[in-house]
Amino acid sequence: MSLVVNLLLGLLFGIGLVVSGMADPAKILNFLDVAGTWDPSLLFVMGGAAVTTSIGYWFVLRRPRPVLSNKFHLPVRRGIDGRLLAGAALFGIGWGLGGFCPGPALTALGLGEAGTLLFVPAMGAGMLVAKLATAR
Amino acid sequence: MTEFTPVASLLGGILIGISAVLLMALEGRIAGISGIVSRLLPPYSGGVPPRLAFVTGLVAAPFVVMLGSGTPVLQTVSSNVAVMLAAGLLVGFGSVLGSGCTSGHGVCGLARLSGRSLAATATFMATAIATVFLIRHML
Repeated sequence: MSLVVNLLLGLLFGIGLVVSGMADPAKILNFLDVAGTWDPSLLFVMGGAAVTTSIGYWFVLRRPRPVLSNKFHLPVRRGIDGRLLAGAALFGIGWGLGGFCPGPALTALGLGEAGTLLFVPAMGAGMLVAKLATAR
Repeated sequence: MTEFTPVASLLGGILIGISAVLLMALEGRIAGISGIVSRLLPPYSGGVPPRLAFVTGLVAAPFVVMLGSGTPVLQTVSSNVAVMLAAGLLVGFGSVLGSGCTSGHGVCGLARLSGRSLAATATFMATAIATVFLIRHML
């Protein structure tokens, strides 16, 4: 049951990325190019997603537990620290270089562009290094 | 240039939001793609099969859209080897170090009014905009 739910929700998330145009790095890079060929589409994607999620979470998180799990797994870290900001800063540089973040990169994987086939394994390697470096 | 697509982008964003809400309602989990993907890599902390299923859905998505719409999914991806390898490494390393990416911080975190996610989103937006500015207008 959980596997089918996750497959379908991943599919829905990916369809959202494709429909919104975010599977195309050119749209991301043009969003980030505020001094040049600015394309504000990403604001509508993030805005639409965040507002929908905000409304949905408001109802969902009032329930005692999720349907298929015994509790809600919410982030436990608190406070803005150097690790958070350094990670976000490095992430942003990579995002600005390639125009890909993890969701769109995986969604685009099967389309088989050379750049995507370089980016995704490199992303996995970066994640692995960070996991090993921060594991204790 | 890419065409400004407010309607399609809003619609796509709402679909992403519905997926995030349902993942919380059913599984009790944040729809953060970097968190989902990084847990497929060692050191393992459990929960691999459902996350693998989610990623499978993501990968299948463009083909479902193409079947449904009858039009190909167009994209322009740099094939510069050094740029794409560096981009992937930074995105992977940074998202794990910073506990999230555009989906976990930028969508789910902002929806929860998390101060950490707001700080992370402002930071990665700033460095991404600065990076594109440097490459396109300074170099």
